[in-house]
Amino acid sequence: METLTFDLDKKPLREINQFLHGDASTLNGKSIVIENPNGAHNIAVGLKADVEVTIKGHAGYYAAGMNQLAKVVVEGSVGSGVAENMMSGHVHVKGFASNAAGATANGGLLVIDGDAGLRCAIALKGADIVVGGSVGSFSAFMAQAGNLVILGDAGEGLGDSIYEARLFVRGKVKSLGADCEEKVMGPEERKILVDLLSRSGHGDVDPDSFKLYGSARTLYHFHVDNAGAY
Amino acid sequence: MSDQSHKIPQTEPRFSATFDTSTMSEIRRAAATGIYDIRGGGAKRKLPHFDDLLFLGASVSRYPLEGYREKCGTDVVLGTRFAKKPIHLKTPVTIAGMSFGALSGPAKESLGRGASAVGTSTTTGDGGMTPEERGHSTTLVYQYLPSRYGMNPDDLRKADAIEVVVGQGAKPGGGGMLLGQKITKRVAKMRCLPEGIDQRSSCRHPDWTGPDDLEIKIAELREITDWEKPIYVKVGATRPYFDVALAVKAGADVVVLDGMQGGTAATQEVFIEHVGIPILAAIRPAVQALQDMGMHRKVQLIVSGGIRNGADVAKALALGADAVAIGTAALVALGDNDPHLEEEYKKLGTTAGAYDDWHEGRDPAGITTQDPELMKRVDPVQAGRRLANYLSVMTMEAQVIARACGKSHLHNLEPEDLVALTVEASAMAKVPLAGTTWIPGVTKY
Repeated sequence: METLTFDLDKKPLREINQFLHGDASTLNGKSIVIENPNGAHNIAVGLKADVEVTIKGHAGYYAAGMNQLAKVVVEGSVGSGVAENMMSGHVHVKGFASNAAGATANGGLLVIDGDAGLRCAIALKGADIVVGGSVGSFSAFMAQAGNLVILGDAGEGLGDSIYEARLFVRGKVKSLGADCEEKVMGPEERKILVDLLSRSGHGDVDPDSFKLYGSARTLYHFHVDNAGAY
Repeated sequence: MSDQSHKIPQTEPRFSATFDTSTMSEIRRAAATGIYDIRGGGAKRKLPHFDDLLFLGASVSRYPLEGYREKCGTDVVLGTRFAKKPIHLKTPVTIAGMSFGALSGPAKESLGRGASAVGTSTTTGDGGMTPEERGHSTTLVYQYLPSRYGMNPDDLRKADAIEVVVGQGAKPGGGGMLLGQKITKRVAKMRCLPEGIDQRSSCRHPDWTGPDDLEIKIAELREITDWEKPIYVKVGATRPYFDVALAVKAGADVVVLDGMQGGTAATQEVFIEHVGIPILAAIRPAVQALQDMGMHRKVQLIVSGGIRNGADVAKALALGADAVAIGTAALVALGDNDPHLEEEYKKLGTTAGAYDDWHEGRDPAGITTQDPELMKRVDPVQAGRRLANYLSVMTMEAQVIARACGKSHLHNLEPEDLVALTVEASAMAKVPLAGTTWIPGVTKY
């Protein structure tokens, strides 16, 4: 695989992102390394080619935002909104993630080895997210579809106003949000969990040590008796 | 005795101004249902508005332009600050954001056809971009909303501009609603929701929370689209001076300011009527913010909320806006609330001109519905032509006024051309009360 290296100390982010938005036929299969990210925002956003990007350090907000097809690895921690609205591809954060990790992501896989902050997987729309550590409060708020796997604990208000997303939690849940309830994990959900654990490097973790949470579907229609929950 | 009492004059039955029939009917409705009233549209109460302003026109001290002969430009360029590809419109009257979902497919197509025919833009809404909408709109602004329903980077790249929606005039601080009757299979799929549910949209963006974050978010959108597209920031009119200043600081190319008369597909009546301020009160503080930052005319200002005719357009521009947006008026041009449907409005318990239960999806005009039979009533070619006619009339009306004031371009209109009919309008628009030099809060009477 051909590898190209960019140094953010020497080359403006605009030029690197512009290069990464180039014609897919010339980018596909290439490996790009970005050195000295130093927490810069918006690194490798809007990628749409089957390219592998490795960020050698910490990234700021929206790393790999709106990703399509690409594989992005961050060898450090990330700021808010990593892989926000991802459509496809694979984003792997080897450190920790700040707030709103994987917000509104539609597809692809986001793996965070460490902890994630508040509102992880907020308004998730179909992507898969695996968090090796714990997630902060209000995670999976209004999550519509997709899967969130949490190997550690979850903070307050997990899955508040959740729609059809699945939440797998191995540790403790401080509290569930409105209309989120524990579900029985059937064979279909177990299969999804096993697959995600395997694809995120946690194949040795016992799937039966997780609990499944999802929507009680009591808020799907406006009703006077639910007024307090709106 | 009975004869005498019969002769005592009776006072006429007197209705309370406070507890009027509308108020009492709402109390009865609330008592019966236990839930707030939801409706579409904007504020219906009487508000200080453009009708409270007048143009002075030219006479001895000012020199008019000859109507129909001397040039009076109407074009506007939006996005000149940072975008590589600013938008050039032939008229400053644009079509405000309205979603496929809130509106039927044929209604959206009609908007695209009508706007494109006169060289102006349309705007998507909550729920994303449809191929029909993109196909029929020469210039399409893509809304980037808190819900991110239907948001995807491919459509972002297909758009001609991006509008980051922070709020709207009908419900500043509130999220959208789309009730189950309108969440059809296609709408549900576009929004990634279960079919037929009552959809609640979030009121805050999921991945940024303040002006400093917004700056990074705008930078992200620019990076993804390679700095080509103008980026608008839309706010509901509440604290226009600060909101506009913060939007400019965050890097907006264009600020869209929507007054409380601006419509919504559905929200609580109490929200529509009691939160936000009229557009008349919002324009001058917004322009002041731009002027204080040295950005007036560099960051363009689009105002909306109750724009109905060329006089409103001219007044908005004279107060310092670069363009306006229309929503409700555009729907009326397509055929919304038309008296020829009166019998059907009566069956819905309303009357033509007052119908606002757009969220129920039973619009007899086929505009605010997803009912496949009702939406057939909209002929996109004919409705688009009506909208184009209406937009042309508005533009010509604004030109009539501008020429009368001696202005060779609509953007040359200025506050000095205006006076106010009421003390309130004078204070809000910061133009003198007619026949005086008095501007409350600015000059002494």
